[in-house]
Amino acid sequence: MWFYCIVASAVLVATSGVPGMFLGRRSSGGQMLATAMVVAGAGIGIAAAFAALLSGAGATVQLRGPVPELALHFRLDPLGAFFLVPICLMGALGSIYGISYWSQEHHPRTGQRLRLWYGLLIAGMALVVLASDAIAFLFAWEVMALSAFFLVSTEDHKKEAREAAWLYLVSTHVSTLALFALFALLRVACGSFEFRLLEPGQAGLGLRTAIFLVALFGFGFKAGMMPFHFWLPSAHANAPSHVSAILSGVLLKVGVYGLLRTLTLLPAPPAIWGGLVLVLGTLSAVLGVLFALGQHDLKRLLAYHSIENIGIILMGLGLAMIGQARARPDLIVLGLAGCLLHVWNHSLFKSLLFLAAGSLIHSTRTREIDLMGGLGKRMPRTTLLFFVGAVAICGLPPLNGFVSELFVYLGLFRTLDRSPGAALAAPALALVGALAVACFVKVCGAVFLGLPRRDALRPMHEAPSTMTAPMAVLAAACVLIGVFPSTVVRPLHSVIHLWNPSLKEDPALGALAPLAALTPMTLLFGGILLVLFVFARVSFARRVTRGSITWDCGYARPSSRMQYTASSFANTLVELFRSVLRPRSHEPKLSAPFPTATSFHSRVDDVVLQGFLAPLWHQFRLRLRWLRVFQQGSVQSYLVYILVILFLLLFLAIPLKDTLRAIVGTDVP
Amino acid sequence: MTVITDFIHLLLLLLMPPLLLGVINKTKALFAGRVGPPLLQPYYDLIRLMRKGMVLSTTTTWVFRAAPLVTLAAVVLAGLFVPLGPFAAPLGFTGDLVLFAYLFGLARFFTTTAALDTGSPFEGMGAAREVTFACFSEPALFLAFLVLAKLSGTLSLTPMLHAPLTVPLFGLPLASLVLVAAGLFVVLLAENSRIPIDDPNTHLELTMIHEVMVLDHSGPLFGLILYGAAVKLFVLSALVLHVLVPVQTGWAAVNWLLFVVEMLGVAVAIGVVESAMARLQLRHVPTLLVAASLLCGFGFLLMLR
Repeated sequence: MWFYCIVASAVLVATSGVPGMFLGRRSSGGQMLATAMVVAGAGIGIAAAFAALLSGAGATVQLRGPVPELALHFRLDPLGAFFLVPICLMGALGSIYGISYWSQEHHPRTGQRLRLWYGLLIAGMALVVLASDAIAFLFAWEVMALSAFFLVSTEDHKKEAREAAWLYLVSTHVSTLALFALFALLRVACGSFEFRLLEPGQAGLGLRTAIFLVALFGFGFKAGMMPFHFWLPSAHANAPSHVSAILSGVLLKVGVYGLLRTLTLLPAPPAIWGGLVLVLGTLSAVLGVLFALGQHDLKRLLAYHSIENIGIILMGLGLAMIGQARARPDLIVLGLAGCLLHVWNHSLFKSLLFLAAGSLIHSTRTREIDLMGGLGKRMPRTTLLFFVGAVAICGLPPLNGFVSELFVYLGLFRTLDRSPGAALAAPALALVGALAVACFVKVCGAVFLGLPRRDALRPMHEAPSTMTAPMAVLAAACVLIGVFPSTVVRPLHSVIHLWNPSLKEDPALGALAPLAALTPMTLLFGGILLVLFVFARVSFARRVTRGSITWDCGYARPSSRMQYTASSFANTLVELFRSVLRPRSHEPKLSAPFPTATSFHSRVDDVVLQGFLAPLWHQFRLRLRWLRVFQQGSVQSYLVYILVILFLLLFLAIPLKDTLRAIVGTDVP
Repeated sequence: MTVITDFIHLLLLLLMPPLLLGVINKTKALFAGRVGPPLLQPYYDLIRLMRKGMVLSTTTTWVFRAAPLVTLAAVVLAGLFVPLGPFAAPLGFTGDLVLFAYLFGLARFFTTTAALDTGSPFEGMGAAREVTFACFSEPALFLAFLVLAKLSGTLSLTPMLHAPLTVPLFGLPLASLVLVAAGLFVVLLAENSRIPIDDPNTHLELTMIHEVMVLDHSGPLFGLILYGAAVKLFVLSALVLHVLVPVQTGWAAVNWLLFVVEMLGVAVAIGVVESAMARLQLRHVPTLLVAASLLCGFGFLLMLR
């Protein structure tokens, strides 16, 4: 029953942009209808997903295609349902946010298109997590990947957005290509396109390792794992903010989902796989946050933080895989719980941060952190919501990021007795936490606090309530999971049970991690804070308080441009890690006694893209110039190519020997 | 019995911290050949600050006013997880070490954002240094935790920190504890912005970290900040003590007395370090902190054998 509800909701969401295409370019009716359809569809999806998660049961359905032997299989099980929750929730909230952020009235040229692809993206992601055979999976995967491409290129009048979209398109197809290889290998191993557990006899360790590595590459590409992350920052920075929230908060997780799903199909993983995932995760986490520190563009910075958080998610996964190999249920439960809960958490706080960033951009018309400042007084609600997101993403108590990181920490500490090498990831995670605090203090300080760095061209305004309400929902969810972590135990156990059927709430997550203790701790913290607050109210309120300027050490004419900028704030750390980050700066040269106006700028480029891939592509362009003969832009020659390829394929398909035998009538040597 | 222990813990946690500052200052004065301020001067300062009015910069927002409260609450809560001497801490559960470390992170988040809230370049610099150096002391702290967790086989601060008392110490664990003690002492100095990382006495000089961040706070809010910093010093000293001098006697009263004396000893040690050393150049601070991480890391390697 639930399954058909989900199909209905997917159809509803997928077609949400269609009615708007037939309405006027300036009419907002299509937008309202699309939002209503997405919200309705997502509501059904969430209900179905929770039903599956709480019952732990699955439902399968088979759709017969027009081609014989080609049936599409879909299945709703706890693992898929777990990922369906953020997909539906963010889909609905992003759609509501879009009403004001990308209103049809203000974006008559792109609004209709945006909503068409938006609906398809959400539906595509939902179908990916529901698919249970390779054909359905790849079909949904491409719908998702291509819709995302069109969404990234929404503002295609900007060169930056076009370049980002192309880079994304190339990368996503590299990932798709890997998936083709993956499913081909799986088909070789088990003889079917359906997802079913390989028997250890069906595939040797070599084949299974090949499947795993291809999956890690393909899904890692999509998830933005280092070093396959290079397409991510520009794509997420250039999409409209509510789309960025989906891309960063949800779409990356579909890659994680793919990896988790593939691992459920492979029996008896050796510990070295888990070690590899743990190392790659640690690398992503540390490097992601380091690169984030060097960014000046608010959305690029947030995008790099997604790489960091994917790293933390992968650390949890690697830990669970090590546990699987070593037959350590405690590591499986803690690692997988950390991985999965961080998937939810990251989708909550990262979407919150991207939506808040969208409100800032909507108001200030810039993404440059160093041009903002002092927004806290003009946009108090956005400020508060961004602070909640910032504290959550730094993994600080009492919000949700802390809970999932705690699971990972506990798992890592528990490796001490048998494989202590893995435990060294714990100090690395501590480093990541400290760097994340540094990065978000920089953002919060430079954007919201202090004085405006630039005289605003127009009065900055607080975001309308259709924009703040979705953020408030996300912030509330962050607080809820942080304060009452026991609420998520049931869904987590459903998925853990599916991942490793021998673990049915034994060991229970509550026994391994101090879930019951966290709530009173938070309440105690709140209590101490309340006592201090009351004390402050009672004792200071009557004291003489006067306002004055910030202490300027007696300097007569302080100006807002003297404030410490975000770049200066991060500079010490960037310089300390300069061997990895390779910051480049253009420094002014002062020569004459009365130097003329000059400028300084610095940037941290992506080391993989600018340092490795760009030179590689340049070489390719130079060496393969002769290939351009084949690409002249004339349709006729392309038709000829297609014809030639078709003949070649036909030729290959003809069983030559049999044909010859039929013609000649005798055996041909 | 536990009620009494918890009560004494709370009493010491809340009342003793300023005394440590007094002892440090007295030690430094003795080294410099001065009489120095009275031992209880930090208490008088706090009481005086609490009675004063405030000047609030018009640039600031709620963050500036909330930060001292959040910081103090976080530090006090963290103090409830650290056992004082051989007595169990009032609070404790599996994994409280992570909460302990991250509460300091929460405190740091709010102290530094409050500094940026003023829009002053000095305070921005202080905040930048604070978050930068924390990136090096956090891994050191967690490496030390790894050693203690390995030694004790638990993931809760009370049994972990009591491990040097209960586990027979000889050979490699002893060597690794010595290394960890050295590493943690550096972390203690760094986290509390003492010499050689920072000089708490040079107001308004640019190379400072903690004092420069709170330049604009005044009156009771400044009092809360000073008190919070003292509590932080107390909590981290109590933590380091377990590794530095793992001794206890059979009598509870003597143990409490011993603990107080040891704490004062740590304060004297900090005072001696401050008198005998100059502040490091700012660019050398990360090197020192990486060295502290390495000490703890080597300690961990020794535990693995």
